[in-house]
Amino acid sequence: MAKFAPYQGTLERSWHYAYRLICAAIFLFLITPILIIIPLSFNAQPYFTFTPDMLSFNADGYSLRWYQDFFTSSTWMNSIKNSFIIAIASTILATTLGTLAALGLSRAHMPARLLIMSILISPMIVPLIISGAAMFFFYSSVNLTGTYTGVILAHTALGTPFVVITVTATLVGFDYRLVRAAQSLGATPQTTFFKVILPLIAPGVISGALFAFITSFDEVVIVLFVAGSGQRTIPLEMWSGIREQISPTILAVATMLISISIVLLVTLEMLRRRNERIRGVTPG
Amino acid sequence: MKQWLKTTTALVAGVAAMGAAATSVQAQETLTIVSWGGAYTESQVKAYHEPYMANNPDVRIINEDRSANGLAGIRAQVAAGNVTWDLVDMLEGPAITACAEGIIEPINHDELLASAPDGTPATEDFVEGSLHECFIPQIVYATLFAYNSDMFDDGAHPSTIADVFDLDGFAGRRGMQQIPAGNLEWALVADGVPYDDVYDVLDTQEGVARAFSKLDEVKDSAVWWTEGAQPPQLLADREVSMSSGYNGRLFNAQVVENQPFELIWDGQLFEIDGWVVPAGKLTDRVKDYLHFATDTQRLADQAKYISYGPARNSSAPMVSTHEETGIDMQPHMPTAPENFQTPIQKDAEWWANNGDEMSERFNAWLAR
Amino acid sequence: MAQAEATLPASGSASTGAPSTALTTADGTPLKVSIRRAMRRNKLLAFGLTLPLLLFITFSFLMPIFEMTFNSVDNRPVANTLHRSAAALQSWDGQGLPSEAVYAAMAEDLKQAAEERSIGRVATRLNYQESGMRSVMMGSARMIERHEPPWKEALIDINAAWGEGSTWRLIKRESGAITFSYYLNAVDMTYADDGSIVAQPEWRQIYVKLFWRTAWMSILITALCLVLGFPIAYLLANLPSRHANLLMILVLLPFWTSLLVRTSSWIVMLQNEGVLNDLMVWIGVISDDGRIQMVYNRIGTLVAMTQILLPFMILPLYSVMKGISPSYMRAARSLGANPLVAFWRVYVPQTLAGVGAGGILVFILAIGYYITPALVGGQSGQLISNYIAYHMQQSLNWGLAASIGTILLAGVMVLYLIYNRLVGIDKMKLG
Repeated sequence: MAKFAPYQGTLERSWHYAYRLICAAIFLFLITPILIIIPLSFNAQPYFTFTPDMLSFNADGYSLRWYQDFFTSSTWMNSIKNSFIIAIASTILATTLGTLAALGLSRAHMPARLLIMSILISPMIVPLIISGAAMFFFYSSVNLTGTYTGVILAHTALGTPFVVITVTATLVGFDYRLVRAAQSLGATPQTTFFKVILPLIAPGVISGALFAFITSFDEVVIVLFVAGSGQRTIPLEMWSGIREQISPTILAVATMLISISIVLLVTLEMLRRRNERIRGVTPG
Repeated sequence: MKQWLKTTTALVAGVAAMGAAATSVQAQETLTIVSWGGAYTESQVKAYHEPYMANNPDVRIINEDRSANGLAGIRAQVAAGNVTWDLVDMLEGPAITACAEGIIEPINHDELLASAPDGTPATEDFVEGSLHECFIPQIVYATLFAYNSDMFDDGAHPSTIADVFDLDGFAGRRGMQQIPAGNLEWALVADGVPYDDVYDVLDTQEGVARAFSKLDEVKDSAVWWTEGAQPPQLLADREVSMSSGYNGRLFNAQVVENQPFELIWDGQLFEIDGWVVPAGKLTDRVKDYLHFATDTQRLADQAKYISYGPARNSSAPMVSTHEETGIDMQPHMPTAPENFQTPIQKDAEWWANNGDEMSERFNAWLAR
Repeated sequence: MAQAEATLPASGSASTGAPSTALTTADGTPLKVSIRRAMRRNKLLAFGLTLPLLLFITFSFLMPIFEMTFNSVDNRPVANTLHRSAAALQSWDGQGLPSEAVYAAMAEDLKQAAEERSIGRVATRLNYQESGMRSVMMGSARMIERHEPPWKEALIDINAAWGEGSTWRLIKRESGAITFSYYLNAVDMTYADDGSIVAQPEWRQIYVKLFWRTAWMSILITALCLVLGFPIAYLLANLPSRHANLLMILVLLPFWTSLLVRTSSWIVMLQNEGVLNDLMVWIGVISDDGRIQMVYNRIGTLVAMTQILLPFMILPLYSVMKGISPSYMRAARSLGANPLVAFWRVYVPQTLAGVGAGGILVFILAIGYYITPALVGGQSGQLISNYIAYHMQQSLNWGLAASIGTILLAGVMVLYLIYNRLVGIDKMKLG
């Protein structure tokens, strides 16, 4: 790595190493808070720090008791069910609506394109507390608060901007001649969509769907305002847990959520590479 | 892609089925009762709901833990014209507000509620001054100070509200609730105002200023709590040496979890909690439930599970032992004579009038 | 991106600028007409595809926002309940006490309100303006049945407040269908007795301070993100892609990790008995009694939010830096520029688009943050969002919550417009 141009002096060379050190420190700042939770969730004691037993790698210092707590608690199990119902339903809705809209927005003749795009992206920009308060007023007046439908609709609205953005990005440079070729060969619009367009934009659709999923799965403010006690999700349980008294069970939940994030991240990374390969763009 | 489509369809169908399963429960008559959750709802389930459902097998009671936002919820539901809650557990103050807004039902107490076993009509049996037009009292609960006895030498522990404000005499930080109610009253008591005159003094600008300047003295040593679960934790972690808290929670930590806590009953701020019926929900079923659940025996039974005092005078002698530990509950009631020497009854009317201004002033004071 | 689109011919409209001689298609329609028709069909198709989402967003998102904005000025409960008094007060000049006719109108309004049980909301609403008005209204509504005209004497007998001009001036001011009192309250102002707008007494001033604190903390967080994000983005953009992709995961993992997970990990890291304090005690930097309070205060909010928002700064910076050719720097160096000068005068200006994009994005997200300050901010780390939540859920002053929310929303919208102008919403990238 340390290849220096001839005009670079000693000062510059030592700066080079200092710079690497600074970057390492920043990466540490980014990642430590996430990684530190994982070993702590196996703490045998109800503390949030490393016990001497843990530091000496004594097996007695570690246990699965907080995971056991989690899996035997009907409250947490119920929240898992709710989180998945809401996240999956809103992901499907958001992906369908968002993909259609992105197809429209990417057409050359889309009228008022920027204005419509700004409106469609706005749920991502408006602070959640405002969306939450606004949806509380409105959804209670149509009696949707405290229902799955209400939360799912709200989360769909939050998720669509991500789908619109990722699918639009995939459609940049989309070769519409393929569509015309399919049509001139007698394909119906449906066939054209499922056999020609969808396979090509699939990476964008799937990564948009992943974004929509994680947005709903991680969301708590809207749930706080719109959901009833029948729709308590994992983040909501975590929120009330942390507010009252942070318990080690929360660290166990956190560790499992981190694993989910890693899976999603890896999936997304693989999609990105596939997308670049298809479009002939070399990565990097 | 066909595969993808199939998976999606299956998912949609699955979700739809789950949603349907979640909503299709109305086979029998249901009663949605909103309460505070946790140990409190548990005590109501044991003392009221389970016996009621045993007598009426066709009724199913659904608990919602939404009382913390009870007033907001009733307002929204009544405004939408679709009320889903049948009965709501609420504090006296919000109940007065809700009643004036016409979003809860007025109650004819003597007609609706059971008389005491000796025939005393309901209006004379409930704790004096606790009945309101739309409100049926259930329990008396207190907010009061407790201390960690491990942090004080024997014989040198705090015993009055004045001691709480005496930072030199009694070391350690103070846990205080992050709302003006309670803190203003206690500040005045600590400053020498007689217990009965607290609200007369607070009615003047000078009185409020006096309370805040007394609070100034402890501000730097205060740890502010917002959730009922925090005070026992703060005391146990020795983050504070004394803290205000709800007597039920403190009892639980002290007796059930064996924490070294002692309660300071001096200046306990007591409040009444009870039932309200959202507009249009005073059905025969709700009336029947209320008649049962607020009778003398049921209110006395609730004290087996949580240390809140029954709101009926006739229930007091029937309070027995704690279900879990078997200890006698009588001495742990806020209304027990030895605990009830110097109480302050929270003036719901005064707080309804001045609550908004005091909260603004309190928040501005905190932010300073 | 825009260029690419412009060169893409849409189906059916390959030729533009029809020649002057009227060309026709095979079935005899003029080519011009045919093209126009095809264009219109294309437009309709494009719009039709977007329409479902547009409708969905309008109903599930925009309408709620509009309704909230409306709530911030809505005063109909008072206007409707006191409609007779409001009409009668129209002709009152605000001097002395109003005439018997006004008192009679008030008596009628109170009677009806007591009957319909609608007095509560009016009482609560007027109490926001003047503590004590609640019991004046409620008490009077309760007693009015038992009284007889003349109403002036009757009302003053019920409550002395009816004998004071200020009570009537307040009602005259606050009985319109629309009120701006919530907005005044949200900027620490109020109406004086004579109707002029004055600052709240000092002990009631809080929101302006909070708006400033929110803005200031957000600027600080944005600056911290820039300082920490710039070196990382530079490193990622200049490493061979094999290494860069690996390090990128370190940036993306926090991005994909639940907000609540990251917030709870900061509590674990920073609290008194937490990892960082333990570490410092162990090293010997601080004594066991001298543990530093780093969470449940402003430091907690600052540290946690910087880490949470850092990826939003790194990603746009990275995508801009990726497009900067290294040859400019080399040229500058070979022309004899000192490395610092070359970096500052040649490289940095080329990254400004990324700095702007990342900066505005982080700032927009920061000023609306609620969860993290609520959990790690203690009292001194609370932001304006926390007070919106407080008025929504605790004090139930929804009008005030809506007006604070609308002010915040307006600020965010201005920034969104700037972002749109600067970066272009269609250039927004994720991941």
